[in-house]
Amino acid sequence: MSYTKTAKALHWLMAALLFGLLGIGFYMHDLPLSPEKLQLYSWHKWAGVTAFLLVAFRLFWRLAHRPPALPASMPKRMQFAAHAGHLLLYVLMIAIPLSGWLMSSAKGFQTVYFGVLPIPDMLDKNKEIGDLLALVHKSLNLLFVAVLAGHIGAALKHHFIDKDDILTRMLPKH
Amino acid sequence: MKKILFALALATSFSAQAVEYTQVQPDKSAIHFTYKQMGVAVDGQFRKFTSQLNFDPAKPSAAKATFEVELASVDTGAPEGDQEVAGKPWFNTRAFPIAKFVSGTVKPLGGNKVEVAGQLTIKGKTQDVVVPATFTPQGNSGVFDGSFTIRRADFSIGEGSWAKFDIVANDVLIKFRITANSK
Ligand code: HEM
Repeated sequence: MSYTKTAKALHWLMAALLFGLLGIGFYMHDLPLSPEKLQLYSWHKWAGVTAFLLVAFRLFWRLAHRPPALPASMPKRMQFAAHAGHLLLYVLMIAIPLSGWLMSSAKGFQTVYFGVLPIPDMLDKNKEIGDLLALVHKSLNLLFVAVLAGHIGAALKHHFIDKDDILTRMLPKH
Repeated sequence: MKKILFALALATSFSAQAVEYTQVQPDKSAIHFTYKQMGVAVDGQFRKFTSQLNFDPAKPSAAKATFEVELASVDTGAPEGDQEVAGKPWFNTRAFPIAKFVSGTVKPLGGNKVEVAGQLTIKGKTQDVVVPATFTPQGNSGVFDGSFTIRRADFSIGEGSWAKFDIVANDVLIKFRITANSK
């Protein structure tokens, strides 16, 4: 049993996009103001909106296509931990771009997708709320990095220690 | 009776003519601007400016206006930006602390509209600008609203790495609302 081609494609496409977003996000934040910084901010927002659209489609796909069951050899509490971890990943993949978009509105910088499609502001400009949402965005991202580390660690443990097919069944040629 | 009415009409029309708006109310006046950053419109303003105004609605073409804007009082919409634009590549406020507008000819456009030709000096560079404005009487004060677009490159605002327009656009929309009382 394996995942659908679409599920695999979405998984790896989003993995690449999210690592890029995390990298650019942490990097751009500490740059002094420059044209490059503003450019990175715009790219980050565009990529972030793309990630949000992809995860929305992915959730939709996930609800319509049950993933293969976990191996019966896995203890119940481990199966529970795996499901809880995946749920948390989905929650964060939704909450992080939403917090980024709201933060941008509160900071007075509307998000204009690829510089052409304005995304409406849900919040008015407000410095305190903007700073608070920046902290929320950052904290969610730090949590995301921790959960991702667990996710990758677990996949590697399945492959090299448990020697089951958990990792390989997400690979393209399985 | 007719004579009295006539005298009254004359008197009121005379007093209407004599209304001249000269006392600018800083707390009811503002200069805002909008610039585009990678397609995103961002609003800012100048918090401090002084102005002299003489405007008689009956003689609009005799109107005069002078504005001096304290460039260091800029609010770009982001604290990081405020510091940046005070620096040399942008306003260079240490060498050029003030932007100045001096009106020249004022053309009545009919109704409450006028078109003010004038000279705008920023960062040591002077350009001719044409500023359309509307005038709205409000009790014993008059409100002047208007907007015009300048190109930041005409004044060397944003030099060096900022000079290209792909990140910060050349066009900057300036919007103002000036409230002045009559004496
Ligand atoms: C899954 C999608 C996203 C991920 C993984 C992500 C990740 C990050 C990370 C790691 C940072 C650095 C946090 C810090 O050090 O303060 C960051 C900052 C930022 N992100 Fe995102 N982001 C995402 C989506 C978005 C979206 C959709 C927007 C806006 C539309 C956005 C706007 C911002 C902004 C403006 C900052 C800078 C905050 C600051 O300088 O205070 N992000 N992001």
